[in-house]
Amino acid sequence: MSFQMKNRHARRVLQGAAASLFATLASVAHAGWDGLNMPEGVTVLSKKIYGLHMLILWICVAIGVVVFGAMIYSIIKFRKSKGAEADKTLVHSTKVEIVWTVIPILILVGMAVPIAERLIDIEDMTGVDLNVKVTGYQWKWEYEYLGQNVSFFSTLKRDSDAARQLGSGVDVNTVPNYLLDVDNPLVIPAGQKVQFLLTAQDVIHAWWVPAFGMKKDAIPGYVNHIWVQVEADKVGTYRGQCAELCGRDHGFMPIVVEVKSPAEFDEWLRAKQAEQKLADVAPNAPAVTASAAPAAIQQ
Amino acid sequence: MAHEHTADHAHGEHDHHGPAHGWRRWVYATNHKDIGTMYLVFACIMFFVGGAMAMIIRAELFKPGLQLVDPQFFNSMTTMHALIMIFGAVMPAWTGLANWMIPMQVGAPDMALPRLNNFSFWILPFAFTLLLGTLFVPGGAPAGGWTLYPPLSLQGGDGFPMAIFAIHLMGASSILGSINVVVTIMNMRAPGVGLLNMPLFCWSWLITAYLLIATMPVLAGAVTMLLTDHFFGTSFFSASGGGDPVMFQHIFWFFGHPEVYILILPAFGIISEIIPTFSRKPLFGYDAMVYATAAIAFLSFIVWAHHMFTVGMPLAGQLFFTLSTMLISIPTGVKVFNWTATMWKGSLTFEPPMLFALSFLFLFTIGGFSGLMLAVVPADFQYHDTYFVVAHFHYVLVPGAIFAIMAGVYYWLPKWTGKMYDQKLGTWHFWLSTIFVNVLFFPQHFLGLAGMPRRIPDYSTQFTDWNMVSSIGAFGFGLSQLLLPYIIWKCVKSSGEKATSHVWEGSHGLEWELSSPPPYHSWTDPPSGDVIKRGVQH
Repeated sequence: MSFQMKNRHARRVLQGAAASLFATLASVAHAGWDGLNMPEGVTVLSKKIYGLHMLILWICVAIGVVVFGAMIYSIIKFRKSKGAEADKTLVHSTKVEIVWTVIPILILVGMAVPIAERLIDIEDMTGVDLNVKVTGYQWKWEYEYLGQNVSFFSTLKRDSDAARQLGSGVDVNTVPNYLLDVDNPLVIPAGQKVQFLLTAQDVIHAWWVPAFGMKKDAIPGYVNHIWVQVEADKVGTYRGQCAELCGRDHGFMPIVVEVKSPAEFDEWLRAKQAEQKLADVAPNAPAVTASAAPAAIQQ
Repeated sequence: MAHEHTADHAHGEHDHHGPAHGWRRWVYATNHKDIGTMYLVFACIMFFVGGAMAMIIRAELFKPGLQLVDPQFFNSMTTMHALIMIFGAVMPAWTGLANWMIPMQVGAPDMALPRLNNFSFWILPFAFTLLLGTLFVPGGAPAGGWTLYPPLSLQGGDGFPMAIFAIHLMGASSILGSINVVVTIMNMRAPGVGLLNMPLFCWSWLITAYLLIATMPVLAGAVTMLLTDHFFGTSFFSASGGGDPVMFQHIFWFFGHPEVYILILPAFGIISEIIPTFSRKPLFGYDAMVYATAAIAFLSFIVWAHHMFTVGMPLAGQLFFTLSTMLISIPTGVKVFNWTATMWKGSLTFEPPMLFALSFLFLFTIGGFSGLMLAVVPADFQYHDTYFVVAHFHYVLVPGAIFAIMAGVYYWLPKWTGKMYDQKLGTWHFWLSTIFVNVLFFPQHFLGLAGMPRRIPDYSTQFTDWNMVSSIGAFGFGLSQLLLPYIIWKCVKSSGEKATSHVWEGSHGLEWELSSPPPYHSWTDPPSGDVIKRGVQH
């Protein structure tokens, strides 16, 4: 005995509701079409990773068309209400079952090749031009340019920090780069291979700039590596944030990277070195005479 | 079994040997149906408690800026929502369905170990009182994520040991329940009900039970090490003491990956029952379905590190885990193809159980696709810990596991109560759930790809639009779920349309050979050869 739903009216109401809902969604979404897909990024690796993402996405879409097509066809074609009779003998077919086991295996083997190639690219840490040690803290980042005597902390910018407080009354839409701005951005040169050595002081964090195509965990007691080579013409500012839950203010430790041309980067680095020498000397050795400090800077 | 049998016969009619009255019926319960009912009611309560937490999360994320809760409390909500939905809603719901259905499906009078059954249920209210109690102690509820990664989880306050004790209790309850399922299926099958012709729901639960028995002690070990690290000065996971924080993740996910199959395999079983019923056709490729389930269970033990590709692994490790993970899509694909082939040349009708099963079929497959994408390590370095992952696992758990539970409830409710429920309302429940679940979770794919990390209470303004859409979907989805208890309540209380023993035109299996509602001690006499012939799978 079957109990079928016979109320066509209810069905029509539901269809109407669904249609108007999707219309609303489309208009809400209009402003956000850019934000639908992974960014292609600006590094040598990020474009390859993006390519792999699109490849697997289209494979899924193709499989989806076939599988969903067969499901939708069955739902439309084999309805009892349309007089469909069940073919109770159709319960097994070795041939078909082999086909739908072997085809996915072939697809997976085909995918394994580009995956392995990209992984080897990602793990290739040779020919590094600059090493930056990144240390995660609750809730800020420390950047240390290894061998350059430059290191500094990078924390959420004050206007964002003020606006994000519970009941701050600030309209966050008026804050430029809300939650994605810092006091001291990391600066790296375009066109050069920069290796990041990631670690953490307290809990696990993860360093992620989507435009660079990579994220990796910063773990106490570990040093993880990633490398980034921003294409020479992609000078600019790139933003990201901590990607591993690290406590109360996990959402408030952004990453900002300024990518400069190598010449500008060198200039910035020299200025930073000079500034840090002064800063180091001043608090640690108050007794140093005025003549010693300039000598140190000239090195 | 033999003992109970004679006892029943001594009493003559089994109706005479009915339930105790009042609270004793429930507290002293040893009957599989009563315990099954308690599990299902408990799961339903926890579903709404966990759902309320999800509503807080989505309300805070409705627009950028912090409007409602402190970030620490937000983290507690994401953590507790996951723990409650996994251990409080989905797993007890499966155990409840197993309790109700397995004895009826294998031709047994009850579960094999009725007192153990009582114990495994009654642990749960205590476990969740402890877990929910953490919300009211200094330091608040656990806020380090349900995965409890150290060192962060070690920063928890007074709630930390309570949560660990609660997890131990839940694990003990699951292990006891699983032992009961294994013993029942292995020993209580009526003569003539072979392993390879019992319903797929029994098969998938048998395999799930083994997964639970194998992995729950691993979780217990992991959280015990957390406990000793916190209180007894050990350094299992503390780098400064010579320990290794990444080791916790390996141990946790060695439990955690089989755990996600524990949540979904019984769903595969239920869908394999419902689609043939409403296609009026036997399941396509029964043997392949059994082998595919076993293959998925085996593979679940060798893929754990795909949850943690970003911790930094050797190249060979990354390749191994990416390939073994992709391998899972083959048996899973076989299942989806077999369900589709079952509908092929069938004679389909669309009652609420079938509607939920179809929704499962489409939306679980979408979750499978995003899972395949996540298996691709280089791309996973982008997807990892973003809303793309949130979308993925909610697609496999909400329209996957939870829709399958609902499909099962709508499928068997007339059998349980002997009365037909309001199918029109059930159909409304289906449409509202299916539409809103997509409004809720599909935009989260976009958010993740565009760069929104998960577990953040506030976000930068470019993510506003899709978060609003997602939150609207969440409120709609949450409200529509209130229909479920209402429909069940109405069915139980009303003197509605009587259900026949077969209930559905195409239903097929031993449980449908019993009256609706079934006798208190399901199969007091083992089903006869003819009944088994009618009822078994093929």
